[in-house]
Amino acid sequence: MSGVETVEEARTTGRRTRRAPWLAELLRRPAGVAAGAWILVLVVSAVVSSFWTPHDPFEADPASMWQTPSGAHLFGTDGIGRDIFSYVFAASRTTVLVAVSAGLLATVVGVGLSALGSLTARWVRESMAVVIDILIAFPTILIAMLLSSILGGSLFVVVTAVGIGYGVNISRVSRAEIRRVGRTDYVLAARASGVGPAGILGRHILPNVAPVFVVQLSLAMATSILAEAGLSYLGYGASASTASWGRLLNDLQVYIAIHPGSVVWPGLAITLTVLAFNLLGDAIREVSDPRLRTASNRADRRRNHS
Amino acid sequence: MIRFVLSRLVLLVVGLAAASALIFFTLRLLTGDVAQVIAGTQGTAEQVAAIRSSLGLDRPLPVQYADWILGLLHGDLGRSIVTGSSVASQLGQKLAVTLPLAGLSLVIGLVVGIPLGVVSAIRHRRPSGTAISVVAQAIAAIPAVWGGMILIAVFAVTLKLLPTQGFPSDGWQDPARALRSILLPALTIGLIEGAVLLRFTRSATLGALNEDYVRTAASKGMTRTQAVVRHGLPNVLLSVVSVLGVQLAALLVGAVLVEQLFALPGVGRMLVSDVGVRDLPKVQGELLALTGLVLILGFVVDLVHRAVDPRLREPGE
Repeated sequence: MSGVETVEEARTTGRRTRRAPWLAELLRRPAGVAAGAWILVLVVSAVVSSFWTPHDPFEADPASMWQTPSGAHLFGTDGIGRDIFSYVFAASRTTVLVAVSAGLLATVVGVGLSALGSLTARWVRESMAVVIDILIAFPTILIAMLLSSILGGSLFVVVTAVGIGYGVNISRVSRAEIRRVGRTDYVLAARASGVGPAGILGRHILPNVAPVFVVQLSLAMATSILAEAGLSYLGYGASASTASWGRLLNDLQVYIAIHPGSVVWPGLAITLTVLAFNLLGDAIREVSDPRLRTASNRADRRRNHS
Repeated sequence: MIRFVLSRLVLLVVGLAAASALIFFTLRLLTGDVAQVIAGTQGTAEQVAAIRSSLGLDRPLPVQYADWILGLLHGDLGRSIVTGSSVASQLGQKLAVTLPLAGLSLVIGLVVGIPLGVVSAIRHRRPSGTAISVVAQAIAAIPAVWGGMILIAVFAVTLKLLPTQGFPSDGWQDPARALRSILLPALTIGLIEGAVLLRFTRSATLGALNEDYVRTAASKGMTRTQAVVRHGLPNVLLSVVSVLGVQLAALLVGAVLVEQLFALPGVGRMLVSDVGVRDLPKVQGELLALTGLVLILGFVVDLVHRAVDPRLREPGE
């Protein structure tokens, strides 16, 4: 018995000593700090804009059309006199909402598929791998268009499409890693000492593959933000009564020849946010496990523009 | 090689079958009553019934699916319920815009991404290498529509070098004019995808820098740059080929957004407007055409990768 205890001890202490510098290491990286700071700003904007914005983001004011940036209108106004800053500020709520729900859904789908893949019989696992490889060929935007053609465009459709599309990607990326962990000595030892498949999955495999999932969660969020912006731009995302950066880009596009400056703000907001999630994903990958670098490099940006 | 081609071919056919089934049954099962959707909320019961029988919607689902597949095999993708025209012939017209756009974007992406990726890896300890990598990271985060707007503002509005939007109505009759119309859209997709390829090439090259063969070549008198270009580059290019299938898919999807922005009459723009008017038979055909294209391109890339990478060959080949 003492042998088992030592293994167990080593596992917990090993984890403790590894976890603490994990975060500290992340905070030592300029890219990680900048990304984290921007995401914090975004979340705070989402919360604050739920209660207060400088102007009503939807209020048209014919008296102040196309104002240049000033103290009263930080980012200027658009063609119907809306305050662009208030609109961009309020749209951060949509972004956070979509990123969080799509990220969670993608993780649930990805972990679920991975778990199924490692718990079930060989033929189920292998046919699932084939199905996943086929589903990966379905770009997220096409899934969203498929759903929109029936249900009409909405944020729900965006979240579902990214959740399915990226979830499949997550399970594909984690497949190799799960297989690697499944062949390690400690899993072998656990199996030999009578731990069932579910126990091995929950106690050994998932905790060890967790960094892959965290990295993928971050990249899934980046993808969902691009997808939301793209689909809302096309008119199949946020409804007219919901502030969205993609929608604003569409509204401003008509006037680009006369007022090119106004499209800077929503575009910059999308780019910085996507960049932040990409950088955060990279930083977490680098600090969590250098071995994972090569394993997930291949697929990390797989779905970013789909 | 023949065994590999055959097994990949089987996978391609399975993939196409699965994609068609997925599109067909998702559209049917989620819709409930396609005829009702087509008729809209204003449709009377008679109109709905007429649509139902004219489209064969009163038959069992598997029969309808089999019918659609049989039609596909004869090159019949169905008919638009809005205009009544054949989906296949329209698709052909639109692909004449989308495929050149995707092809040109790919060329731009490769021309920008691979050389700069190698350079930024070789100079990874110098400011110039870091700068390239940082800029690529930022460009990869730009949403395609905004990137396109920036290019419009600079090259079309300010410099007046290229048209803002649109495509010649006579298509490729005047190739130079048509090319000018797709140049900005192709730059938009190409630069963003190029940035993604750059980062991929960079990490592959960084890996090659640590390989024994580079060290050996360097110890035999080559500079590190020479060694990487001479011995590392083939390996780097092979791993770029292996991700190209996925990048081609991204390119086609980028086309959906960019065609809308630049008002190009391609498959993507057609899909967007058909989804808007719920022309379901047409949407069904277009989605299958696009996913089919992604699957077929993936298949081709796999074959190319297999053919050019000696490591993947079976012994005795």
